[in-house]
Amino acid sequence: MDKLIISPAPHIHGGDSIEKNMMGVIIALVPALLVGLYFFGLGALIVTLTAIVSCVAFEYLIQRFVLKTETSVMDGSAALTGLLLAMNLPSNLPVWIIIIGSLVAIGIGKLTYGGLGNNPFNPALVGRVFLLISFPVQMTSWPLPEPLSANYSDAATGATTLAMMKSHAADIPSYFDLFIGRMSGSLGEVSALALLAGLVYLLAKKIISWHIPVSILVTVFVFTGILNMVNPELYASPVLHLLSGGLMLGAIFMATDYVTSPMNPRGMLVYGVGIGIITVVIRVFGAYPEGVSFAILIMNAFTPLINTYIKPKRFGEKVK
Amino acid sequence: MKTFRMGGIHPKENKFSAGKPIIVAELPKQVVIPLSHYIGTPSEAVVKKGDLVKAGQLIGKANGFISANVHASVSGKVSKIDVQLDATGYKRPAVFIDVDGDEWLEGIDTSKELKRECNLSVEEIRTRIQNAGIVGLGGATFPAHVKLNPPPGKKAECLIINAVECESYLTNDHALMLEKGDEIMVGVSITMKVLDVKKSYIGIENNKPDAIAHLSKLAKDYPGVEIVPLKVRYPQGGEKQLIDAIIRRQVPSGRIPIEVGAVVQNVGTIFAIYEAVQKNKPMVERVITVTGKSAPNPGNYWVRIGTMLCEIAEKSGGVPADTGKIVGGGPMMGRSFMTLEVPTAKGSAGILYMPREESLRKPIKNCIRCTKCVNVCPMGLEPFLLMNQSERNMWPEMETNRVMDCIECGSCSYTCPSNRPLLDYIRFGKTTVGGIIRSRVAVK
Repeated sequence: MDKLIISPAPHIHGGDSIEKNMMGVIIALVPALLVGLYFFGLGALIVTLTAIVSCVAFEYLIQRFVLKTETSVMDGSAALTGLLLAMNLPSNLPVWIIIIGSLVAIGIGKLTYGGLGNNPFNPALVGRVFLLISFPVQMTSWPLPEPLSANYSDAATGATTLAMMKSHAADIPSYFDLFIGRMSGSLGEVSALALLAGLVYLLAKKIISWHIPVSILVTVFVFTGILNMVNPELYASPVLHLLSGGLMLGAIFMATDYVTSPMNPRGMLVYGVGIGIITVVIRVFGAYPEGVSFAILIMNAFTPLINTYIKPKRFGEKVK
Repeated sequence: MKTFRMGGIHPKENKFSAGKPIIVAELPKQVVIPLSHYIGTPSEAVVKKGDLVKAGQLIGKANGFISANVHASVSGKVSKIDVQLDATGYKRPAVFIDVDGDEWLEGIDTSKELKRECNLSVEEIRTRIQNAGIVGLGGATFPAHVKLNPPPGKKAECLIINAVECESYLTNDHALMLEKGDEIMVGVSITMKVLDVKKSYIGIENNKPDAIAHLSKLAKDYPGVEIVPLKVRYPQGGEKQLIDAIIRRQVPSGRIPIEVGAVVQNVGTIFAIYEAVQKNKPMVERVITVTGKSAPNPGNYWVRIGTMLCEIAEKSGGVPADTGKIVGGGPMMGRSFMTLEVPTAKGSAGILYMPREESLRKPIKNCIRCTKCVNVCPMGLEPFLLMNQSERNMWPEMETNRVMDCIECGSCSYTCPSNRPLLDYIRFGKTTVGGIIRSRVAVK
């Protein structure tokens, strides 16, 4: 017998790993990705592959040659960032813009802070918002849904539902179309159905808890519901708000990012409500038609504060 | 089905020795009986080199309130009183006895016969328990008589028996319940009498349906004793967790169970109380589980206190070749041994062989702030934060964040996807903060 190994308890580990969690989120995104590929065809495929490949490549290159540290591309987090970035982009976006977005997401959004676990802002959203501000025209020309289309940069474009709501257009898609995803928008955000399927998977696998997505969706529903009751002519129905834009994608996949969200259920609820309120304020009263990305980034900034002042329920705190 | 309401995990149970009968281990040639306990002051030797002792004879006297008597577990000759490396990894005083048969002290009833009637007064019972050197067999080895003497002004409302055995692999309590059910029920009624309570609960996790059925059948003859099946969840055997699971009361931070009206005793302790009170037999033997994925004979053994663990290992088929780590106790809270050349103590619950590939920890990665450690913490703490603060020596902050509430169950380290040694750092911080608190009290 060799020498015995000595270590403090516990002597067993549950077997969970960063890779498993990242892979779980990627699997949960598959339905939404498939819907995107169906409605936006070739363009969606090009955008997704470009974003994933460039994010992984940038992470590897920067860690290997700039930071000269061990590379962590195998943990799947860079691939996930790439996939999430792609889900937030229109499917006709030129390749060079996507590459710039990936560089910003990985280089500035993640590695400048010390890599996975240390970034205060969601890297994919940092990349997306950078592109939105830098390339406002390309980032807001949304291809119309066209099943299995072979078009990429020459796809016919149209307004998103939220833009129509903002300009009080008449031909807003039906609830059913919105629910399954037959509308203009970023390639991964269109189908509420597919995104909710992803949510069910994430909850079943215990990768995330319900607190963040539910609190965001409920807040948006209640807030827009009140506005709608006050003046239905001016303010769209809450159901329309829930089903359009990036709300589902944001609430289920972007706001729940481990690194940038609060660390206990109570804090998560505060964070979710904050995102919901800011989203509605931007959508209804702001200059942009959509505000989920900004809302999440703003609440990311509040996460350390929330963690400091909102503590989990302690054992014995309140005896029932 | 009942369980505690906060945190918890469910490791693979791996109870290989479940349902195996308890084998009486052969007497060893020499026993080394530790005079110190995991907790409290070491006892004082009352024998000297060359003395002849009988099994059950007092050899170490309790030294102070939180201390317990120590008895000879065999008959023979005291060969020396010296320090001995024990299961805690320290060299501490122990009595060495060369075994010469199995002659018991007069007045000790070693028969198997069940004795139900108990006509002793509460005071006499307490004295017997205290004299018998009974300590809690759940792990902390806290002297049993202390818990049965509630502080003035405090009154127990119920007795809770910890028969949860929530650690993976271990089956010694399970085996005891199957074989000594009657004795345990008598022990429960004696303990209820001492505490003057009308109600007691025996909490058993539902991965032991045979024990639940057996004790439920016996409990029909004992009014006020209720068997409570519990959903399998670790650390249900934690005192505060068990009370929460069974009577839905949470012991506040820094308080003890009696403040919510509960007294908790381990089922093994209850059996020892039966033997002390009804048979006049001190605590000189216990059940030990020898187990592991590649253990040749996973099983349960009656072992005399002071038997070297290597002898038990040998008699149960030897240490498997692929062993990388040997753990004393369960895999979540047990201590890893440097060597098996250590004596069985009152608190030794098992010998667990871990295969080499499971013995090494995986590389530590960055905290990804996934919140899983917070979610599994049964005390509602923030392990990731406490570890960060411990790394940075932020003791006052750790105290504010309730590091002293940590029960060291290890659920956080178990669950961490980045393999971070959360409990190692928290334990280090807890020890330091505990020292600071004690010195503050001392200054006042």
